[in-house]
Amino acid sequence: MSGGRSLAARPAGRHALLVELPDAEHTAAFHAEVLRRRAAGTLPPVTEVVPGARTVLLDGVADPEALARAVDGWEVPPVADDTGEAVEIPVRYDGPDLADVAALWGVAPEEVGALHRAHTYRVAFCGFAPGFGYLTGLPPRLHVPRRSTPRTRVPAGAVALAGPYSAVYPRATPGGWQLIGTMPDPRPLWDPARERAALLTPGTRVRFVTADAAADGTGTGSAAAQATSPEAGA
Amino acid sequence: MTAGLTVARSGALTTVQDAGRPGHAHLGVPRSGALDAPAMRLANRLLGNDPDAAVLETTLTGCALRPDRDVTVVVGGAPCPVTVDGGPAAWGTPVRVPAGSVLDVGAATAGVRSYVAVAGGVAAEPVLGSRSTDLLSGLGPAPLRDGDIVPVGSPRRPVPASAAAPWPGPPAELVLPVRLGPRADWFSPAALRTLTSAAYRVSPHSNRIGLRTEGPPLQRTSTGELPSEGMVLGAVQVPPDGRPVIFLHDHPTTGGYPVVAVVPEPALAAAAQATAGTPVRFTLA
Repeated sequence: MSGGRSLAARPAGRHALLVELPDAEHTAAFHAEVLRRRAAGTLPPVTEVVPGARTVLLDGVADPEALARAVDGWEVPPVADDTGEAVEIPVRYDGPDLADVAALWGVAPEEVGALHRAHTYRVAFCGFAPGFGYLTGLPPRLHVPRRSTPRTRVPAGAVALAGPYSAVYPRATPGGWQLIGTMPDPRPLWDPARERAALLTPGTRVRFVTADAAADGTGTGSAAAQATSPEAGA
Repeated sequence: MTAGLTVARSGALTTVQDAGRPGHAHLGVPRSGALDAPAMRLANRLLGNDPDAAVLETTLTGCALRPDRDVTVVVGGAPCPVTVDGGPAAWGTPVRVPAGSVLDVGAATAGVRSYVAVAGGVAAEPVLGSRSTDLLSGLGPAPLRDGDIVPVGSPRRPVPASAAAPWPGPPAELVLPVRLGPRADWFSPAALRTLTSAAYRVSPHSNRIGLRTEGPPLQRTSTGELPSEGMVLGAVQVPPDGRPVIFLHDHPTTGGYPVVAVVPEPALAAAAQATAGTPVRFTLA
């Protein structure tokens, strides 16, 4: 993308701009460009930068019209693939919807984990609950619908699929996604006492790995250590 | 030793609020904070507190508190009777509450949310830089329950000599200026005319997440699904039933229903004080 020809900047009240992009890839690229400019001090002050599925919201902007004109002229390089460190999420593929997802994918239930692990994901945006990241990276043939009836309680650590997204529930909530597995110790996903409260922040690359069998049943140990963010040195 | 207020009566919903935790929306964290921010700041100023010191926000039925040391408080926001050990006390100006006495913040006689500021501020443990209770995601201190002890900080300066403070009254009619967008193009011109001309009322299902309205539904022209996108404070979101919801401080950070217009933040303090049934009118800003 160059010259911003494919973006539309929509005003959202007096102090915010909703920048709409054609797809998830352009959104990730534009979001990364916003963060680069913010870090470099060349972005006017903003209080929030909130990516969505195909948008980036810039909130707390003094002059949204001026910023709209400016972003239209930005050169936005594509997001580099397969570079940088990835957060590793250990998973046991034992979810209650594993058989349903296997049927939708046309594979045996025991093959779901390998297919899910075969891709590298990126946190497109967060929402729904603190630390809940919407991860893109599944190829379209593996997209599955939400369950027709949502569950009243999805446990913390549930690894789930819906539409183009994969996610890990940071805590127990109601939910309608297809549950394929479990992150044995989900505590690293959200810890507001930590410098970086959310493990999965927008733009973060994510890989799912097989949970260490030794962590099963203990809920601590290597699973938690593996899930530490790159910034924490793991 | 940290001073504390024992909760003798928690009321329908009493929460700790300050200026909230903006800056974390990209993690899915609502901004939270006092819904009637000008009332919170005025109450704090009257006590010599920082304007954004944490206060208690009540809902319709007030609350009662028993301090374990002498404290000075201001009860403001929604007007209500105030008593100390059953004797009448002032609303809207500083009141001394002796240790062991009971401060009763009565039911609002108008409006919805009264604010109880205490000299020194409420000293609940901050989460992500704020002491606010966030009812959407459960961050910050839980809503008060009978028997809780609310910690209070040490006053940093003496309570200033009292000046008459202008407290705005709750609205008899809620007039909300709006700017159309970002998704006004999901609605027909007729629907936009309905928004800015029809009579709406505040729904009793309103809360800190959103002010719900009752009135003519807004028909969409686009029936597709909106991919999740960032939401601003004051967003007028239109769910499938067509009745506009104005997003207040505990609103979700992303959402999938179109936002037809946005109410500027200064107009939201009145929305926080509009009782169920209050007429609502949207005007183009």
